[in-house]
Amino acid sequence: MIDIALKQTPLDLQTCIDYVSSPEIGGINIFVGTVRNHTRGKRVLHLDFEAYEPMALSELRKIAETARFRFQIDRICIHHRTGRLEIGEVPVVIAVGAAHRQAAFEACQYAIDALKETVPIWKKEYFEDGEVWVAAHP
Amino acid sequence: MQLTILAFGITRDILGDSELKLELPDGANVEDLKAELVRRFPEFSKLKALALAVNSEYAEKGQALYERDEVALIPPVRGRRGVLAPLTGA
Repeated sequence: MIDIALKQTPLDLQTCIDYVSSPEIGGINIFVGTVRNHTRGKRVLHLDFEAYEPMALSELRKIAETARFRFQIDRICIHHRTGRLEIGEVPVVIAVGAAHRQAAFEACQYAIDALKETVPIWKKEYFEDGEVWVAAHP
Repeated sequence: MQLTILAFGITRDILGDSELKLELPDGANVEDLKAELVRRFPEFSKLKALALAVNSEYAEKGQALYERDEVALIPPVRGRRGVLAPLTGA
């Protein structure tokens, strides 16, 4: 089972945990991304996440399907925020429920790594002296 | 044919808009589109990479374009390894 969502409102961790819970599983692994207050030695004020929504949803679903197939996990939930996020807020939650912990750990790691490679969601960092789209320039 | 191109992130900043209408010869492919973009907006050549999506899927190299396609500019996302094709011929 797969649950994918893009939201403009705060992500709810418990919703993700509940989604992947079932009597068949032996463990849940969760990745929670948070907004850091610094990058490359500079103070970050806040972030903005922009998504190409239909493609982001379909790429997230591909990642979830690949994770289920490759690691033989039961359930995976990926929720991502868009819009302005303050320091400490949560842009992404990935929850995986599996019969065995090893698969849950591996699937979660795979999903966050893949998300950052292929899902069309862009991050803009705002500093005291300007703003920059992350990864845009060499 | 006239294409409507969606722009996100840095590409939206370069275009100054989230949408661009562009006239290309019939039979043009994604490389032709990239070349035309770089010609009109030289800032594109400074990007680390630029991928295109056609109908919400990453485009293959040399993929043909059709007027009804939804074409989107996909600047680099956040990953470190960079699976996106470099902007060649720029």
